[in-house]
Amino acid sequence: MHIVVCIKQVPDSAQIRVHPVTNTIMRQGVPAIVNPYDLFALEEALRLKDQFGGRVTMLCMGPPQAEDSLRKCISFGATDAVLVTDRAFAGADTLATSYALAAAIRKIGQEQAVDLVFTGKQTIDGDTAQVGPGIAKRLGLNLLTYVSRIVEVDLDARRLKVERRAEGGVQLLDTTLPSLITMLEGTNEMRFASLDDMLRAGRFPVRKWNKDDAGIEDVSKIGLKGSPTIVSKVFGPTPRTEKADMQVVADSNPQDVTLNLLQKIFTTHPQIEAELVERLSA
Amino acid sequence: MAEKFDAIVVGAGPSGNTAAYTLANAGLKVLQIERGEYPGSKNVQGAILYADALEKVIPDFRDDAPLERHVIEQRIWVLDDNSFVGTHYRSDDYNKPPYNRYTIIRAQFDKWFSSKVREAGALLICETTVEELLMDGERCIGVRCDRKGGEVHADVVILADGVNSTLARKAGFHGELKAGNVALAVKEILFMPEEVIQQRFNINEEEGVVIEMMGTVTEGMVGTGFLYTNKDSLTIGVGCMLSDFKANPQKTTPYALLEKLKKHPSIAPLLEGGEMKEYCAHLIPEGGFHAVPKVYGEGWMIVGDSGGFVNAAHREGSNLAMTTGRLAAQTVIAAKAAGKPMSAKTLKAYKDSLDDSFVMKDLHKYRELPKVLHDSPHFFTTYPELVSRAAKTFFTVDGVDKKTKQREILGSFKSARRWRGLVNDAFNLWRAFR
Amino acid sequence: MSEAAKPAVPAAPRAAGRAGRNTELPEHLKSYKHVWVFVEHDRGHVNPVSWELMGEARKLADKLQVQVAGVILGGPDEPLDAYAKEAYAYGADRCYVMRDPVLKGFRNEPFTKGLTDLVNTHQPEIMLLGASAMGRDLAGSVATTLGTGLTADCTELNIDGRALAATRPTFGGSLLCTIMTLAYRPQMATVRPRVMQLPRRDETRSGDIVEMPLGMVETDIVTKLLDFIPDANRNTVNLAYADVIIAGGKGLKNADNFKMVWDLARVLGAEVGATRAVVQAGWAEAERQVGQTGKTVRPKLYIAAGISGAIQHRVGMESSDVIVAINTDPNAPIFDFAHYGIVGNAMQVLPVLTQAFRTHLDKRIRKVA
Repeated sequence: MHIVVCIKQVPDSAQIRVHPVTNTIMRQGVPAIVNPYDLFALEEALRLKDQFGGRVTMLCMGPPQAEDSLRKCISFGATDAVLVTDRAFAGADTLATSYALAAAIRKIGQEQAVDLVFTGKQTIDGDTAQVGPGIAKRLGLNLLTYVSRIVEVDLDARRLKVERRAEGGVQLLDTTLPSLITMLEGTNEMRFASLDDMLRAGRFPVRKWNKDDAGIEDVSKIGLKGSPTIVSKVFGPTPRTEKADMQVVADSNPQDVTLNLLQKIFTTHPQIEAELVERLSA
Repeated sequence: MAEKFDAIVVGAGPSGNTAAYTLANAGLKVLQIERGEYPGSKNVQGAILYADALEKVIPDFRDDAPLERHVIEQRIWVLDDNSFVGTHYRSDDYNKPPYNRYTIIRAQFDKWFSSKVREAGALLICETTVEELLMDGERCIGVRCDRKGGEVHADVVILADGVNSTLARKAGFHGELKAGNVALAVKEILFMPEEVIQQRFNINEEEGVVIEMMGTVTEGMVGTGFLYTNKDSLTIGVGCMLSDFKANPQKTTPYALLEKLKKHPSIAPLLEGGEMKEYCAHLIPEGGFHAVPKVYGEGWMIVGDSGGFVNAAHREGSNLAMTTGRLAAQTVIAAKAAGKPMSAKTLKAYKDSLDDSFVMKDLHKYRELPKVLHDSPHFFTTYPELVSRAAKTFFTVDGVDKKTKQREILGSFKSARRWRGLVNDAFNLWRAFR
Repeated sequence: MSEAAKPAVPAAPRAAGRAGRNTELPEHLKSYKHVWVFVEHDRGHVNPVSWELMGEARKLADKLQVQVAGVILGGPDEPLDAYAKEAYAYGADRCYVMRDPVLKGFRNEPFTKGLTDLVNTHQPEIMLLGASAMGRDLAGSVATTLGTGLTADCTELNIDGRALAATRPTFGGSLLCTIMTLAYRPQMATVRPRVMQLPRRDETRSGDIVEMPLGMVETDIVTKLLDFIPDANRNTVNLAYADVIIAGGKGLKNADNFKMVWDLARVLGAEVGATRAVVQAGWAEAERQVGQTGKTVRPKLYIAAGISGAIQHRVGMESSDVIVAINTDPNAPIFDFAHYGIVGNAMQVLPVLTQAFRTHLDKRIRKVA
């Protein structure tokens, strides 16, 4: 079995602060991490490799330091890692990214045919969840998003059964290989790397591909040029200068205070009330 | 079959990185094991880089190391509750390269240093904790990590695992860390535009100021505060002896102390408009000379904070860390070249080189300081108040004649401490600093 | 692996624009008109996000002086005409409908083909979808097939000139950015449920239906929908992704009082969080720790009871949309960054708050049902 897992190295957005004056992102010292959603995809792929044997090839499009993220994936047990890195890819939106990754997967498939491609549900810096579907479309793979469980894989019959999360429940889908799965979070727990895995990862020769190595045929489809979406401006949200809306229980009584609070919250944030009602009615 | 290295370095802080870099550069097979997610993630420092110590390891570090500002002015402030008496030294000589001290941001600096270590050929693994040293009788032959198959062997293990090292303790190399030998410090990095910093501190681009403070703000506990200017942020912090925190009847927390310091009328205006960007706390070895344990043995050595190598009087720690890391590595390299085993006899050369260097010489010089300060809390309460009052009396023009003022000042010292106390204090300070 | 199907009308990029990219809309795309909303439905219900989007589409269309159309794909025995009627009530002028047995129950393949064919035939300038599981799945596939721009999870939609300006948060919400698709059509955007307001219904409105065949048979489609399993109760701690979190701190004094946090959480269907001190005291499991050494959370509502708000806890939850803090100390740091504060004893306030929520929500739930 040959599985390709696509990951992205992202800044740990929980640690990002905004410069109060210039409104730019203060990235100094913010560590870069493997997009947490991707780890669920990787663990699932590794479980299939444990079950069926074969290879798991990591794929990442990013700057040179993304190599560290690929090493981390090797330490968990991935067989191989390819970093597609080239200035020409800079500024890519999701359409240009899926084009580049699809080309690289095609190239990887030439070495050994790919049975499954995994991606995480979305990234914590982009949140779009578009690249997985984009790759599937370009490569003609059956698309299975929000997979919560892989029920069965039949390599001989080339068939795959999964549970896919939908509103209010789970779809049971049956399809053929090759497919692309975007994995839901919380579906598994990443294994612990052994010391040997760590040493192996530390020494691993991550393959670095520029745009030619990655088999890019049409350079107008990658990077900034290949991105239909354009960021026309970036701005900070209006800073919160108001202090908390305070109430003191001692000045009135708990009942009035809490009723006041509810009223304020639900009037200012009606969607919170609506969501609570929806969730609790279900 | 466990893999074998020439050397294992436990920890990727300044001492560990220096040791690993020096060893790898000399062609030795080095494994560096860091328990944090990435080098520097578990490390905290007020953030002064002493160029001299790093130059001896990476002479051209200035080419690509992330440096904030080079220090051109040092201020020492003695604070009471609403004033301070200070001494400043500023010199344009400090503007002549190569610069001697820099402020740095540890998160970025450690990342850079670690990349150098890996470039030099060391193998680094993170998120891995060394649980214990592997011993063959008295001899250390490797380590066991918290991962499956976690045993690795080496000719020598260098412990650079920080102030709260449990490894050395477990192996019996030294006893428990005493609360009287360690300080708990907290610091915040406050974001502030470059131009504002430069205006407030009277410096130009790339120039930096260091302010070291002590006084009533620590409520009689033995401790100091500090304020450093980074490129577009300020670092402000305070730390006191852990034993003092525990004994303090008011149970003031380190964070509360920091808030107090930030609100001091002489300090608050400097911080005005700053936005808190990072907060951390750390233990700092303060025991000095008497608290330095045995730092070498059969197949093992200790460097950095793990060995208590901090000169509290001068707030120097990272340069001692780098120097001990370098000297340890050089000892190993020399031993290897001479075909000698990593026995205690061979590794004694490490201790000898430490004794010959400023590291032990400085620690020895200030060996009495911790005790003197601890026994005399009035250095942190009475004297700052006296000194402030004296300065106020001296500088206020109010029609009182100068002789009377002089008498008043002397009188205040006498009544607070008595002649005997004053003489005693002077004697003790002399003892501590000689 | 086969090549992706080429779109019917290729977008021909011109040389103009910044950094060699297009900002000029090619001539043949200028005829693309009208604003479409994908009407998402499943097993008899329309996902309300479609109606929220219908309201937004109406606003955009009015600015552009064009029409709004709903797009409804489904099985022949599903009430698609009824959905169309609702669409008009929420602002649509027309509905494009595709009826086929193969479209009963969402599957990516037939829905992508259906929507793509409709777009290529009728050429809308803007297409909006809800950012639900179905919407995101479909939007990504359709945008890639059409080779056009897609902006996800938008919080605001406007018209700039004659183009769609889609605003969305970036980098964990610290910043906002406005994104435009200038040289490709249709401009696609997804919006999360409840970000936009549900518009008022106007029962007097009506519109027409345009049908189009799908042109696929079941044997064409590789993925089979075998079953749908409705949700039972799930029992894992899902703190990091929870929408509502009630958290307790040392101010609650003992493990017994911490139970009040659970009571409130139950009423709100919320997750329970805790400070490090609480976890260390054994009142809550380690997985519930929120903070620098615990989890980072970004719920819509975070209620902190008996928590001082020290930095180590703060950095774990300060991106919550609404923060409510209950503490006896009016100077507690948490009040510096909470949105709503109650100075009082959490042991007293929590039960009262729980009851207030219960009463209020019961009323609302009965209204909806």
